[in-house]
Order: sequence, then C-alpha cells, then structure tokens
Amino acid sequence: MSADQLVFWIFAPIAVAGAIGMLLSRNAVHAALFLVVNLFCIAVMYLLLEAPFLFAVQIIVYAGAIMVLFLFVIMLLGVDRGDDLREPLIGQRPLAVILAAAFVVEIAVAVRAGIGFATMAPEGFDAVNRDGNARALARVLFREYFLPFEVTSLLLIVAAVAAMVLAHRRARAVTQAELERLGLLEPPREEAPSP
Amino acid sequence: MRTPIAWFVMLSGILFALGSLGVLIRRNALLIFMSVELQLNAVNLALVAFARMHNALDGQVLAFFSMVVAAAEVVVGLAIIVAVYRRRQTVDVDDARELRW
Repeated sequence: MSADQLVFWIFAPIAVAGAIGMLLSRNAVHAALFLVVNLFCIAVMYLLLEAPFLFAVQIIVYAGAIMVLFLFVIMLLGVDRGDDLREPLIGQRPLAVILAAAFVVEIAVAVRAGIGFATMAPEGFDAVNRDGNARALARVLFREYFLPFEVTSLLLIVAAVAAMVLAHRRARAVTQAELERLGLLEPPREEAPSP
Repeated sequence: MRTPIAWFVMLSGILFALGSLGVLIRRNALLIFMSVELQLNAVNLALVAFARMHNALDGQVLAFFSMVVAAAEVVVGLAIIVAVYRRRQTVDVDDARELRW
C-alpha cells in the first residue's frame, strides 16, 4: 500500500465519523465542531488529488469563515436545548436511513459500471499543474471562466445586502414623553415670570 | 503515489448520503443547514476527483465557484434563521410551518 493510499485510509474513516457525529449529536455546538473535523479531512483529500490551492481555500473559507459564522449564530441564538425526539411522521426516520443506504449502493453500482474500482488516476497532472496549482488555476479562471468570475462578485454583493436587510432590526420610534420619564431629557422649563 | 479515483467518488457518495440523512431527520434549522454544507462539500470532492481523473482543471474551478456560492448561501440562510428566531423564539422547523407570521 503506497503512502497516498495509507493517508486516504486514515482520513476517510475520520471524515465519515465526523459526519456521523454531526448527525447524532444533540448539542448544536458539538455538531458544528464535528463538521469542522469533517471539513479538514476533505481538505486532506484535496491534497491527495493534487489540488493544494483548494486545500488552502477549504481550510480558510469553510473551516475558518463559514464555521465561525455558524458558531457565532449558535451562540447568538443561545440554542442549548437539544432537539425533541418526538417523531411527527411515523416511520420517517427508518425510511430516511433506508433511502440513504440505497443511495450509497446506487453510487457504488454506478461507479463500478462507469469507471471501475481499480482505475488509477492517470499520470500527467504535473503538466497540467505546471508553475504550481494556484498559477495554473488562475490561468483557467481568468481566461475561460472570466465572466462567471465577475458574476460571482455581483452574487457576493447581493448576499451581503440581503444579510443586512434580513437581520436588521428596525428601531422603534421613541416619543419625547418616554425620554422624559427615563430622565434622559430635561422637561421643558416654563418661562420665568418677568417682574 | 496513486490512488483509485473510485475511492474518492465513493467517499463523496457516502458523505452526501449522510448529509441528506441529516436534512431528513434533524429538525433544528441550524443542523439542517450544516447538513446541506456537508452535501455541498461531498459534491465538491467528487468534482475535484473527476478533475484529477480527466487531467483538467475545470473541475477544480467549478469546485471553487461552488465554494463561493456556498459562502453566499450561508450568509443569507443564517440571516433568515436569525430573523425567524427573532419572531418566534425557536429554530425548530416544525414550529415555523405556516408561511405567515
């Protein structure tokens, strides 16, 4: 077994275990941390697939930014009670498990028919990745995919504006009487009687 | 040095199945959202694996775009969850099944 395959067999079970841990944990914070474990393992898979740029992006964007955002919202909402375990639909959960297992079997059959379990990654990726993966990726991104890249910036602006609009709390109008009651405002003083 | 591509595709399929299982059985909106993230990541892994198989970088570019879309989606989704929580004091999706307040 080569070094690559050894790394795969170390990190693939950890990735699956992280996903299962996320499914089963009652506490939302624990689930988020399990998901971080899973995302790190997927980042290692990118390294095995000779995509070091995506490895870095995965760790910075997913494990860093997105999961911090998740944890921030979990803390903000104070979600510390677990899900209640009543089943609103009888038999929904066993059915979901069966369907997920069927999906895995389906993928296995499709992979076996399509590429076969023994097909190795072909040689010659070094030529594709010449001058380094980041530079090669930039060459593709800024030539063939330039228009989608620009549209992406529009998407990010729309998302930022949408977040502000959705999460903005409108301030209630405060009347002058309330301010006076709180003592924040001097009551209007009467005109001094002129002698 | 070399690993069969099918292993990565199988891992991706298993992670996708676990993610969809999470969407189906959990009822906390935040956990459903995390499961969707898991599904997106599984698909990204398959894209990168196929890019390696075809000796081309297009799959990696597509995975990169999908990460950007995922980031935008997380921002909007979490804002919606926060807005629903403000109005109803809950993140359980069963409590928010009416479309009005």
